[in-house]
Amino acid sequence: MQSDSRRQEYWSKNLRITAILMALWFIVTFVIGFFARDLNFNFFGWPFSFWVGAQGALVVYVWIIWFYARYMNQLDKEFGVDEGDEE
Amino acid sequence: MSTGAQSQKAFTAQLKKVYGFYTGGFLAFVVVLAILEQMGLPRAMIGYVFLAATVLLYAGIGILSRTNDAAEYYVAGRRVPAVFNGMATGSDWMSAASFIGMAGTLYLTGYGGLAFIMGWTGGYVLVALFLAPYLRKFGQFTIPDFLGARYGGHVPRLIGIVIAIICSFTYVVAQIYGVGLITTRLTGVQFEIGIFLGLAGILVCSFLGGMKAVTWTQVAQYIILIIAYLIPVIWLSVKQTGFPIPQIIYGQQLQKVTQLEDKLIADAKENEVRSIAGKRAEAARAALKDPDKAYADGKAAAQKAVNDAKASGNADSIKRAEDALSKYPADVAAARAMWTREAGLQARAAQLQRHGEAFPGATEKARDTSRKNFLALVFCLMVGTAALPHILMRYYTTPSVKEARSSVTWSLFFIFLLYFTAPALAVLVKFVVYNDIVGTSFAQLPAWIQAWQKVDPSLLSLIDINGDGIVQRAELAIGGDIVVLATPEIAGLPYVISGLVAAGGLAAALSTADGLLLTIANALSHDLYYKMMDPNAPTARRVMISKILLLVVAILAALVAAQKPADILFLVSAAFSFAAAGFFPALVMGIFWKRSTGIAASLGMIAGFSITFYYMITNQVWLREVFFGTPRSVPVTTLWWDIQPISAGLFGVPLGFLVIFIVSLITPAPDKATQDLVEEVRYPNLKAA
Repeated sequence: MQSDSRRQEYWSKNLRITAILMALWFIVTFVIGFFARDLNFNFFGWPFSFWVGAQGALVVYVWIIWFYARYMNQLDKEFGVDEGDEE
Repeated sequence: MSTGAQSQKAFTAQLKKVYGFYTGGFLAFVVVLAILEQMGLPRAMIGYVFLAATVLLYAGIGILSRTNDAAEYYVAGRRVPAVFNGMATGSDWMSAASFIGMAGTLYLTGYGGLAFIMGWTGGYVLVALFLAPYLRKFGQFTIPDFLGARYGGHVPRLIGIVIAIICSFTYVVAQIYGVGLITTRLTGVQFEIGIFLGLAGILVCSFLGGMKAVTWTQVAQYIILIIAYLIPVIWLSVKQTGFPIPQIIYGQQLQKVTQLEDKLIADAKENEVRSIAGKRAEAARAALKDPDKAYADGKAAAQKAVNDAKASGNADSIKRAEDALSKYPADVAAARAMWTREAGLQARAAQLQRHGEAFPGATEKARDTSRKNFLALVFCLMVGTAALPHILMRYYTTPSVKEARSSVTWSLFFIFLLYFTAPALAVLVKFVVYNDIVGTSFAQLPAWIQAWQKVDPSLLSLIDINGDGIVQRAELAIGGDIVVLATPEIAGLPYVISGLVAAGGLAAALSTADGLLLTIANALSHDLYYKMMDPNAPTARRVMISKILLLVVAILAALVAAQKPADILFLVSAAFSFAAAGFFPALVMGIFWKRSTGIAASLGMIAGFSITFYYMITNQVWLREVFFGTPRSVPVTTLWWDIQPISAGLFGVPLGFLVIFIVSLITPAPDKATQDLVEEVRYPNLKAA
């Protein structure tokens, strides 16, 4: 690193991925939650909205966090702000 | 660096070996106990052995990890690998409420209970994206540390200390209460003694080794609690469906439950029971309005019935009338107690709620309010999760930012294992109740129903309201906690599994209490004493003071818990709203907006916290009674947009953000050093240029 513009770029990439993932989080939680009564079609036995609340949303949350960690670790390397190999 | 990396690698390998052996050893221990049970070991003994073995184990880890070093004591030496920090966070997070209460809440409220499942997991997305990596980079010891450094001066730090203590203390009281309950159930000792027994277990561990001991104990506790939670559910699933993965198969069971619900809703006998229950409750409520008059009237009526019967000369009706008179309560107080019990029948008059239906309600407006409150609760639980200091503190303990990030993934994964299972358990138990219990005759009830009815009528009570000798759904009232506690018996497992479940509940409560006590003691010793009062205090003295404070706070919390405060569940949820409104805006703005100033953060924290507090004390009947002396029966009329006080954080969080934003714009920008600090925490490593 580490001219100021490179730093800026790293940070704005971070903000962008954060915003995208938060949008996903919002849709899964609040948009599906809001329309839960209408989204009650049968999904492998569960009403769909019930399944999302009990399992689907959780899977998405774990995925979001996992993806963010992976993405940021790569970004760190790309921009040379990683902490070296500690593992 | 490379030797450090190597030793960290060796350390991780060593940990995996130790905990691998430990898990095997624990399973062997359970098997040995099961064999002993078959050979005739009495049940009480099994309870004692479980209690003694697990508490001694935790104490042993505490003794092995004893330390006086500040970094070891406060942040476990910052070398906890991601996976293990994930497990520790998991058990730090999952309290008695998650372990015992959640499946019960889901049983009782169906879809509505999913607010807790989503709220308490989705919050980790906020932790991962907004807080954990940055706090790890900042790399101090506590959350007030961050507020103090970022916002400058003692005021933000002091506000942070106060909020951290308020939310952690309300929470820890609930945990110690849970410890008391479980110990009592496991061994039959008195509630107060149970509390102090459990307290000893908590203290030995955190007192001697601080965060280091707590971390390694929490990993051990996680292993116990997850085994204890999964075994009975898997067994029940195999029994019911022949398939050992309940999380996959329970959709089927939910469909069957829905069909049973259709039948129950249309059932004439059910409606008869509900209408009788409603009438009896209504009569009791009327009597309670003027108990003296109702008592006299009732007595006169009973006397008159006897006289009338005597006049008619029918021996049978005389006997019946005299029986009724002799059973009539002896005085007004006894009558009042009877009517209060009778008024409780109201709950059984309610129409059955469908398990899978979202936001049930009779009218469009009721459904709308239900939806609003569901979403509001999800929001508060999520933001609260991302702001509770005892959880955030855990991410200071990883070796690097990278590990902090992946440690959040592991945390949620380990929490997910339990939260994925709880809704399945609720449905499986509901199927047993609707399919096997409802419709059987009172003479042929399974043994566990009678056993639990004797243990505690608030957990399970079955009254033949319409006197037909057959169980109707509306005649059965269930307390949520029984769902987890009775599952081993419902599934027909030996008593040793019941002991295991209790030990799991104990592990959940103890691990959370450990983390919370440490947070409070650290806020006082590190932030208040060391940072604000005596910055030159030597390390040894700081750690010593922290240990003494830990003892004092623990005893205080135990004393409060021994009073059995009302509405403990509400207090737990309140802690989430307080943390959400108090911390979240200031922490996030501090990282993501360089322009936010110290004055703004202080005002924002105060404003967010205050409005949350205000909304709760004016709208929650119990707090309203405590603060204003308004009797609980007075209806609540001051709700904003029909939002329940449990979700008060819904108002506090946006207000906090707004205040920080506006005040920052009208106060001078933070100095260069502060801005550099913000820049610093945004990048895992800036020195490598």
